Amino acid sequence: MSETAYVQLLDLACGAFLLAAVLVLWRRRLAVIARLFAVQGGALAGLVAVLAAHQHSAELGAVAVAVGLLRAVALPVLVRRALEAAGELRETQPLVNVASSLLAAAVLALLAYAVTRPVVRLSPSPATHAVPVALTVLLLGFFVLVTRRRALAQVAGFLLMDNGITAIAFLTTAGVPLVVELGVSLDVLLAVLVLQLLTTRMRAAFGSTDLDELRELHD
Amino acid sequence: MDALLLAPVALPALAAAGYAVAGWRRATAWLGTLAAFGLLGSGIALARAVTGSRPRVALGGLLRADSLSAYMVIVIGAVALLAMAASPAYLAAELAAGHTSPRAARRYGTLTQAFVAAMNLAVLAASLGVLWAAIEATTILTAFLVGHRHTRGAVEAAWKYVVVCSVGIALAFLGIVLVNLAAVHAGLPAGQALDWADLTVKGHALDPGVMRIAVALLILGLGTKAGLAPMHAWLPDAHSQAPAPVSALMSGVLLSVAFYAILRTKVIADAALGGGFARTLLLVAALGSLAVAAGLLLAQRDYKRMLAYSSIEHMGLLALGAAAGSRLALAAVLLHVLGHGLAKTVLFLGTGHLYQALGSSRIDSVRGLAGRAPLLAGTFGLGLCALLGLPPFSLFASELGMFRAGFAAGLGWAVTIALASLLVIFAAVASHAGGMLLGQPPGGPGAATAPLRLPASAATALVAGLVACAVLGVTAWPLRSLLDAAAAAAGGV
Repeated sequence: MSETAYVQLLDLACGAFLLAAVLVLWRRRLAVIARLFAVQGGALAGLVAVLAAHQHSAELGAVAVAVGLLRAVALPVLVRRALEAAGELRETQPLVNVASSLLAAAVLALLAYAVTRPVVRLSPSPATHAVPVALTVLLLGFFVLVTRRRALAQVAGFLLMDNGITAIAFLTTAGVPLVVELGVSLDVLLAVLVLQLLTTRMRAAFGSTDLDELRELHD
Repeated sequence: MDALLLAPVALPALAAAGYAVAGWRRATAWLGTLAAFGLLGSGIALARAVTGSRPRVALGGLLRADSLSAYMVIVIGAVALLAMAASPAYLAAELAAGHTSPRAARRYGTLTQAFVAAMNLAVLAASLGVLWAAIEATTILTAFLVGHRHTRGAVEAAWKYVVVCSVGIALAFLGIVLVNLAAVHAGLPAGQALDWADLTVKGHALDPGVMRIAVALLILGLGTKAGLAPMHAWLPDAHSQAPAPVSALMSGVLLSVAFYAILRTKVIADAALGGGFARTLLLVAALGSLAVAAGLLLAQRDYKRMLAYSSIEHMGLLALGAAAGSRLALAAVLLHVLGHGLAKTVLFLGTGHLYQALGSSRIDSVRGLAGRAPLLAGTFGLGLCALLGLPPFSLFASELGMFRAGFAAGLGWAVTIALASLLVIFAAVASHAGGMLLGQPPGGPGAATAPLRLPASAATALVAGLVACAVLGVTAWPLRSLLDAAAAAAGGV
């Protein structure tokens, strides 16, 4: 692959990755959010595949397939199933409206660029120049997590954060050691399974998955 | 293959498999206690093997034990032994009262043992990455233990617990990714760039700009799991809703295991950035945690939450000791970890029986306990004395050590603020405890005044924990050389 093609493909993947996160802020239907999350997982797998092709690494290519299976297929299926079980396809009512959310996203992107300057300075390459994009996705995930009131929207926020972190791992050093990557993926999968089961229980105990209902415990 | 290193992970894992296959019944109820006994024994053997000699490795360098790891295995073993010894009586009462089904009891047995195995894996891991994965695994394994009762409160606590801790630990993982980047640039081989021993040796070559972000993320993220302010919000809910032996394990050792990870991070941070950066972060967390605990203990109405806030207080003290950073300070921190683990376990196990008898965890539902249940009241009162740092318990010695080291390190102002918070906490806890233990028992018809019996196995665990804590306070000699070596491994000079 030529250098320009590599950079362009990399930027394309990162662009799709970021766009999916911004659209999550914009859209409110949980089913749409689940679909956007699958798209983002696909973009992440594509990103790893581009890196693999550039480094001529078959091992990284296999990792790209695994990332795609986990984040574009398995996790979205889990989220979708939880949605169907909860029967909540209604809109969520975020604490912050769409326009303010998008403004906040712009501020978070600036913050991401400011924070990652030492990383880019340490090893200036096309891949590390995309690290601020991945950090923006992480911050957007955090934003979704704290401003949405439906349990499943919180899960989506957590998964966005996790996608962002995985992207940073691959963009900086083509990933952490394999045994760690395996442990991380397993942990995320299990965490989402646990949260899915807890939403079912929450529905049984509270009658809905509106987090405002969680007021049993306080001082 | 080093069996000594594998045993602390394998024994509880085998017990977990045993519960998964055979379920929780009369014959298997003591399996967990047996595994914890073996765990404590292997921890002591490991400590003897590594104190004063080179660290031992196993599984091709995946596991490594130095004296700090061995000490943590002993702490986990000691607390697990008490919690597991009290479990059969606790679950028998829950089953008899219909709060727990046999299926839930099987899950309880399996998950608690797997949880202990994951904590041991965390303290024996040679790489920051495996350490991270093990700590995240503890969150997943304990989620359903927190939600064991299926009540609204339990589900709410479990949800907050998983979401807040997963987010915190995800931030820590970002920190690890950045450490990995700095390490690869410093010339460490990519496959083992996260090995904490190699990172410490190569510390001076790590890029300071990247390491600064990484260390801040690691301390914030691991601090979430350790219950340090500002990410402590999940702790009082989770620790008050979990079954008593699980609360004991979570409060007594899980917080300390997360703190162990912070100590390892600090060693690397000090090598890369000098001592000041991690110290500042730890001081902020320490004073914040102490202030939160003091503020919320004053008007506390729930005795389980009172214990949970006391855990936040003690984690704050550990952070203060780690910020001081001298060998005396770190030895005191490590002794404090063990003393707090033992005392907090005794208290949580006691509240488990209290809750089963009264059906309420409100402080004002307990009055005049000393007359109704002298043994339970005695262990509860003495346990609180230990937590408040009164002699002869070991927390007195360790707090004194941390404060002395703090003054010596030029942190007199921080120690003074901490002491002021401790004074408030002392007054708050003492007044709550006074009413619970000695207050006028409720009169009138329908008031529960029947004597409250402790099962013999639970009573043994409560008394043994207090005796161990007091013996360590009078003389730390069995641990002196180990504590000294472990403090050196944690970066004390």
